Amino acid sequence: MNQPQPRFDLAKARADFPILSQTINRHPLVYLDNAASTHKPRAVIDRIRKVYEEDYSNVHRGVHTLSQRCTDLFESAREKVQTLLNARHSHEIIFVRGTTEAINLVAQSYGRKNVGPGDEILITAMEHHSNIVPWQMLCEQTGASLKVAPISLTGELLMDEFAGLLSDRTRLVSVTHMSNALGTINPVEQIIAQAHARGIPVLLDGAQSAPHMTVDVQALDCDFYAFSGHKLYGPSGIGVLYGKESLLTAMPPWQGGGDMIRRVTFEKTEYNELPYKFEAGTPNIADTIALGAAIDYVNILGIDAIAEHEHHLLAYATEQALKIPELKIIGTAGHKGAILSFTLDRIHPHDIGTLLDQLGIAIRAGHHCAMPVMDFFEVPATARASFGLYNTFEEVDILMDGIRQVIKMFG
Amino acid sequence: MLDQIRDLYQEVVFDHNRNPRNFRVMEDANRKIEGFNPLCGDRITLYAKVIDGKIEDVSFQGSGCAISTASASLMTEIVKGQTEQEAEQLFDLFHRITTGKNGDEVNLEELGKLAVLAGVRAYPARVKCATLAWHSLQSALKNDGETVSTE
Repeated sequence: MNQPQPRFDLAKARADFPILSQTINRHPLVYLDNAASTHKPRAVIDRIRKVYEEDYSNVHRGVHTLSQRCTDLFESAREKVQTLLNARHSHEIIFVRGTTEAINLVAQSYGRKNVGPGDEILITAMEHHSNIVPWQMLCEQTGASLKVAPISLTGELLMDEFAGLLSDRTRLVSVTHMSNALGTINPVEQIIAQAHARGIPVLLDGAQSAPHMTVDVQALDCDFYAFSGHKLYGPSGIGVLYGKESLLTAMPPWQGGGDMIRRVTFEKTEYNELPYKFEAGTPNIADTIALGAAIDYVNILGIDAIAEHEHHLLAYATEQALKIPELKIIGTAGHKGAILSFTLDRIHPHDIGTLLDQLGIAIRAGHHCAMPVMDFFEVPATARASFGLYNTFEEVDILMDGIRQVIKMFG
Repeated sequence: MLDQIRDLYQEVVFDHNRNPRNFRVMEDANRKIEGFNPLCGDRITLYAKVIDGKIEDVSFQGSGCAISTASASLMTEIVKGQTEQEAEQLFDLFHRITTGKNGDEVNLEELGKLAVLAGVRAYPARVKCATLAWHSLQSALKNDGETVSTE
């Protein structure tokens, strides 16, 4: 085996993740469920501990030393996210619980203000439920309708059909940057250009793209971009909504409470400035600071180097998978992230998942919160191996060997 | 290497998965119910013909994993000919064994053929696969007529 080596020290990087050095069912853990959530490097775990042991206090309120220190750390995490996404301003970075909450925020704030009866929201047929249901809820509340751009059998967006669905009634386009069920990376530059030509803003669901590629929201010119910390080697429960300043400024607050106000009387409340207008209540302080540590960690390795390594893993895994006649890859787009979704003849993905787990291999089996995608491919579910920075070519071999054992067992 | 999981994936399970019994649409059923496991997308349509409190015939259709298919197949074999009450008791027993609550006190012999599925107890994520058909049967007997979900 002579595989391309990553530009970072892979053995050292693996050692940074304490959870990886364990056995599951008497086999070394092979963790291939990174599209669901990634593990945390020691730097992130230590940062959370340090916040609580040394730096913790509420933010944006106190005059005491700890409050100031904690506020500084919290706001420096915002600047790290700003740099990661190359946003123009740090106040365009809103901290939320995750991608799901970010999309709900846009639906309920931007949507409730700008969408009315007869209007349309345009998504694609490869969306995660979190980029479907918030829009269905909005449509129900406003009398708008949801339009869905179809995909091909390779799992690629049909761009002509997409363009045909853009109309004078389209108020927002919301598409995934990279599909969690298929791995497809969408031509978002083209999507944004076509939508903007009609003055329609675009939200990108970046849950899968943020951990796997360089994202430059100014170069993309997207209007909103959402991602989750826990898929970027950071803590769960913290995520980001990026929005263009002009849009965020014009949007009404979503939740009311402390921190999001400037002045409150019983007659009238004056809202705080960005980003605080959208951050009611005490935020997830420690996890936000630790998200900053996760971004630092990714930057040390280099997101491009990570993406390159994952691409090599996917190419190798795809090549090996094609040698297994009973295996069918679901999602064969030309431009893909490191996700291998597959089915095996006459073997349900849940059986595959349980059996591979016996060999210490963690994959996802199910509908991946993308039931319409499963319906399109006429499968109840798929098995999905998804790669992260710490995965190795040897682990791909272990997976393929495991798949062969499963096939053999089912006979 | 996969031998240690033979406690769950026994030959009987593979047999019923490959050749599910009573796997057909029942045209003259007087009970019909859709069962659904939203976690994994397993779907089952359960048909039953119940006359004077007795399950004269029972069959199913659908797609699912080996555990849910084998469980449905075994269930139809066993409850056919039973009274509703007998089937209900068997469901209680099966449920207790698969969910492991006081499972150790249950006599596996009472379960007969169903005992092959007792191993699912060690795999909590898969218990719902084994019980989907049974939840569907229970609803069919109550004649709820709605989709049942294991969630």
